[in-house]
Amino acid sequence: MPRTDDTIFALSSGAPPSAIAIIRISGPDAFNAVQALAGRIPSARRPSLAKLRNGDGDILDEALLLLFPGPDSATGEDLAELHLHGGRAVVRAVGDALSAIFGLRGAEAGEFTRRAFLNGRIDLNEAEGLSDLLSAETEHQRRAASQMMGGAFSRAIEDWRKKVLHVSALVEAELDLSDEDDVESQNKQEITKSCADIEMQMERLLAQPPAEKLRDGLRVVLGGPPNSGKSTLLNALVARDAAIVSDIAGTTRDIIEVPVALNGIALLLTDTAGVREESTDAIEAIGIERAHGAFAGADIILWLGEEGQGPDHPALIEIDAKADIDGDHSKSDAALSLSAKSGAGMAELVQHITGLAKSMLPPEDSFAVNARQRALLADAAMNLGAARDVDDWLIVAENLRLTRLALDALTGRAHTEDLLDVIFGTFCVGK
Amino acid sequence: MNQNSARDFDIIIVGGGHAGCEAAAVAARMGARAALVSFERDTIGAMSCNPAIGGLGKGHLVREVDAFDGIIARAADDAAIHYRMLNLSKGAAVQGPRIQADRSLFKASIQRQLAATENLTILEGEAAALMFAEGSDHKIAGLRLADGSEIKAAAVILATGTFLGGKLFRGEERLEGGRIGENSALKLADQIRGAGLPMARLKTGTPPRLDGRTINWAALEEQPSDGMDWTMSTMRKERSQPQLFCAITRTNVVSHDIIRSGLDRSPLFGGDIQGEGPRYCPSIEDKIFRFGDRDGHQVFLEPEGLDSHLIYPNGISTSLPTDIQIGMVRSMAGLEQCEIVVPGYAVEYDHIDPRALDRRLMVRGYEGLYCAGQINGTTGYEEASAQGLVAGMGAASAILGRDMPALDRSNSYIAVMVDDLVLQGVTEPYRMLTARAEYRLRLRADNAGSRLTALAIESGAVGTEHKAMFERRSAEKSDLAKALGQQISADQLLKAGFKVKRDTGRLSLEQWLRFPDIKLSDLLALGEDARIWDGDLVAEVEQDGRYAPYLARQEAEIDNLTANEKIRLPSELDYTGIAGLSNEMVERLGAARPETLAAASRVRGITPAALAAILVHAKRAASQGSKAA
Repeated sequence: MPRTDDTIFALSSGAPPSAIAIIRISGPDAFNAVQALAGRIPSARRPSLAKLRNGDGDILDEALLLLFPGPDSATGEDLAELHLHGGRAVVRAVGDALSAIFGLRGAEAGEFTRRAFLNGRIDLNEAEGLSDLLSAETEHQRRAASQMMGGAFSRAIEDWRKKVLHVSALVEAELDLSDEDDVESQNKQEITKSCADIEMQMERLLAQPPAEKLRDGLRVVLGGPPNSGKSTLLNALVARDAAIVSDIAGTTRDIIEVPVALNGIALLLTDTAGVREESTDAIEAIGIERAHGAFAGADIILWLGEEGQGPDHPALIEIDAKADIDGDHSKSDAALSLSAKSGAGMAELVQHITGLAKSMLPPEDSFAVNARQRALLADAAMNLGAARDVDDWLIVAENLRLTRLALDALTGRAHTEDLLDVIFGTFCVGK
Repeated sequence: MNQNSARDFDIIIVGGGHAGCEAAAVAARMGARAALVSFERDTIGAMSCNPAIGGLGKGHLVREVDAFDGIIARAADDAAIHYRMLNLSKGAAVQGPRIQADRSLFKASIQRQLAATENLTILEGEAAALMFAEGSDHKIAGLRLADGSEIKAAAVILATGTFLGGKLFRGEERLEGGRIGENSALKLADQIRGAGLPMARLKTGTPPRLDGRTINWAALEEQPSDGMDWTMSTMRKERSQPQLFCAITRTNVVSHDIIRSGLDRSPLFGGDIQGEGPRYCPSIEDKIFRFGDRDGHQVFLEPEGLDSHLIYPNGISTSLPTDIQIGMVRSMAGLEQCEIVVPGYAVEYDHIDPRALDRRLMVRGYEGLYCAGQINGTTGYEEASAQGLVAGMGAASAILGRDMPALDRSNSYIAVMVDDLVLQGVTEPYRMLTARAEYRLRLRADNAGSRLTALAIESGAVGTEHKAMFERRSAEKSDLAKALGQQISADQLLKAGFKVKRDTGRLSLEQWLRFPDIKLSDLLALGEDARIWDGDLVAEVEQDGRYAPYLARQEAEIDNLTANEKIRLPSELDYTGIAGLSNEMVERLGAARPETLAAASRVRGITPAALAAILVHAKRAASQGSKAA
């Protein structure tokens, strides 16, 4: 873990050149750094214009300064923002000047977020949401990430946690109070029903496609025999020459992966070696083996080979790729007919791919759940199921405790006292 | 003044209640010279409220104290006139042994056991002031009594119950004192308040005592003693007293109207009592006020003794004026002609915020000053007795240069309670519940000896007789474990009349125990040797087998936590200097001063983010400290 008592800075906006470039400085010496560059420390939370100079007194830029004193800042520390003119030279010069100040260093990837987390500004789920938001490249990703960061997921968990807590209180009352105190015996059926309701809500969320697909992009794999036009189609989809195209069969020997956003959806296009039986080339043979591997991991396959000869896959699109060659309509009407060279049929293909992709991604108005969250949620749901299925109150309680443990790991709360509050608020306890 | 050295001790225990007696007994057993100071020799071991010992969670505590060779379980058996195993229809982990005691037999047993304890002296007198070592006001040197005499000792255990600043309330009446007819230790309370320790007030109450000869028992439902043969203490093999029965009656709409008519004269509702009362053992007026929709509340009529006609009506603790109490009692079935012998009352008293204590129940920063029992904000004889054990062992261990036995939340209710007290503090009198123990499945009342007696022997708290018994039992237990390894086929079981599937094949006895309808005693009867095993031991081992998969999972959970248990937090850690902690977290952490990161994680409201910040801060402080050194 990097040290957290020093002051870090980084370019927080996109790569220059751009209209404005924002450098963020966070840590105990953030304001001293502003003093060193601007010659003064402007008042907090008010934009202020200043000339920035390096140690030699050279003017670097005229910039807008914004100061957020800790702990009420994004990182929980003193935080300064320098809004510079977005030229490469300006950004580099200001960065050099900051590096020259004692106690300052360039930030590591994700370090601002980590500090926000360590300083209690955001919880783990929000931290994950924020990191997804920062790396969001498509509109769809951004919306899902902002749902997560806004705490929509945390709220859902909190809601379940409260419900499970209530059921637990009923069970605990049965265990601790029904035989000694003035508390009526609990109805197992009612408890079973509550467990089932919550479990179903969790299962519904778990049934949604995982968040990683959203972040990393769906894998769209192009397949077909050698020289069937896969690379040409790939280049047309990404609108540049990503793959080498030639008339020589077997030109593509390895896997080529190209990330692309189509209609705001992140996809990872994968070109593969043409699949043929009779290859004697050892390298091509390895390529073909890799192609089979790519098919297995594919979310969508664009099949350019003979109809029905593609790998067995639920989302395979049959493509007739050489519509520009007259009379070569080898496939039935079910296949998409197109020409990557002329562009005919390309818009339909993009529509088809993105339509299919949307059904595989989390809904846009909801949050996406990542692998860590899914595992804990699945654990919670499984334990709820186990609580439903047994008659021994002690085991019901133990399974509910394990459910709470999993939910608590998601939001970071874990206290028996909460449970006792519910018990005592609900029952007239004590003789 | 220097009197003879016979008056000098290692440890002085102030108070002869359940905490004080257990503290004095264990300190003396461990070999420390102990003196127990009490107002009156005769009140030592008195049960000031409910004449019962045990219950859910509480019965676990009693068995654990017994595993350390303590005195409460033996006294309970010596005095028991009614036995009941609570939750008998549920899993063993939540079964709670409970007895009702004859008050005078209980007190007599406690006094007899203390008198027979070597190294223990009983002194009659009023504790007036703590004495500190020369040049220090933080290191205990002894105790001054109200008569001016001074007793030297390196440790003082305060087990003063409700006697610190105690005030009694009944309707418009007010009295000083912790129990009716006794004095309140005002001088000592003033000194402790002056020392700047964090203090607060709590409230408790007691019901009126009824004359059993004026109760129409024939009209009431009886609850007999359970007729089984278990005992509270492993050192008592049978039940010694004749068994009585209890009876059950209920409050009704008329009683509730009478109670409501007196609420304006209740000190609870008039604002005279500031202290918070327990939510789980509320006064009857509180129950009517908070759960107004209920048309009745159960009342258990419990006899106070074999030779006493006093009846304890469990469920109607009250501080209403006497005339209202009489009306309320007589409105219930079977009590129409009933006479009240002593009316009920409420007690408001001082307690120390237990977050000022460490795990030995020593006041942080005051070397040699320990607190145990109700003074720490708990309620109940069992909770008091268990704390007495901890404080007594803590003080004796420190003086004798030994380690405290390694008690933690995964091996005892005792540690669950201490951990809760020193980390969370109290907002109402603390009562043990099984729900407080996250590793409840492991912590059964029936396996307290297996869990704790080896630790207890190592700490020197166990006498020779108990030790010999434990060793015999351990030997038998390991024989039994061997026997559990033998394999039996499904065929054999089918022949013997068990309903099992033939294709289950051969399994060890231990594995067969996972099948819910199979009893260990029946399995053992099928074995080759015809040994007769100890019944309690067989029941214990059977339960271990029954819940084995869950126990294994908890084991894994506990292992995961030990990493954080090993990260120690400096006691002087400045939480205000850790960015990102809310004011509330800083307040709670500063008051409780958790000793490890794991303990910090258990403080209410502490999030993983906060924990990470504490960890980073503590590591940085440690690395700077090592650089400086």
